[in-house]
Amino acid sequence: MTLFDKTHVFFETACLLASSVTCGFATLAVQRRNMLSAFPWMVATLILGVAFLGMERAEFVHMLATGNGPSRSAFLSAFFTLVGTHGLHVAAGLFWLVIMMLQIATLGPRPMVWRRFFCFGLFWHALDIVWIGVFTIVYLGAR
Amino acid sequence: MNGNSNAQGKAPGVTEHSRVRRRSYLIGLFYAVVLTLASFWASSTDLVYAPGVPVLLAVLAIAQMGVHLVFFLHISSAPDQTNNFLALAFGIFVVGLVVFGSMIIMDNLNHGMMPMDRLMQMQR
Repeated sequence: MTLFDKTHVFFETACLLASSVTCGFATLAVQRRNMLSAFPWMVATLILGVAFLGMERAEFVHMLATGNGPSRSAFLSAFFTLVGTHGLHVAAGLFWLVIMMLQIATLGPRPMVWRRFFCFGLFWHALDIVWIGVFTIVYLGAR
Repeated sequence: MNGNSNAQGKAPGVTEHSRVRRRSYLIGLFYAVVLTLASFWASSTDLVYAPGVPVLLAVLAIAQMGVHLVFFLHISSAPDQTNNFLALAFGIFVVGLVVFGSMIIMDNLNHGMMPMDRLMQMQR
């Protein structure tokens, strides 16, 4: 009986990594002022991010239902704090992405908007870097 | 964007050659996938000497972070990247202080804590 399902974590990782790359392609498209190709990449990033959050939520619900909530042990307290905080940041990033899509749709590709989108890209890539640390230490380290 | 970029250096991710950049994302994706697969493999294999697995995982994770920094965030040691590089170094420094400082403090507290059986007796 193990606490984590490794294939589940693997697909979470795959979602986040793929969304990092689609976000990069969206950044390139915005940089080229090519909105027609930017939007599909942004939508792909959004979908992959939502998929990641959905999988994480399913994992949390399953752990709570099987009695492995944050109050069971110090490890699980730390687990829910760490992974939950990362998930909150992903949710904030998705909110930011939706706002950027709305701004690009309404304000157009002016420098102000694409600089904001660059900042979102930095945030999103940084979240993926943090996730490397999380899945290595939390999921693969606790074997 | 280009007006003050010479004095301040370039923001991360800003380059003129978008064809080069697109390929860099694909190369980065390839390395990241290989390193991710390797770390999932390392965590569940019997082929690697068991006490060495955490070290291997740490090496793979740091390598993958490097791949992300270079191929996704386009951090390099080029002259126009000095500000980004220094900001990154400072960030790592601060995170290191917080993490290792916390570990030292927690170890200190643990050291100064009453043995568990005495604590349990006092709570009765």
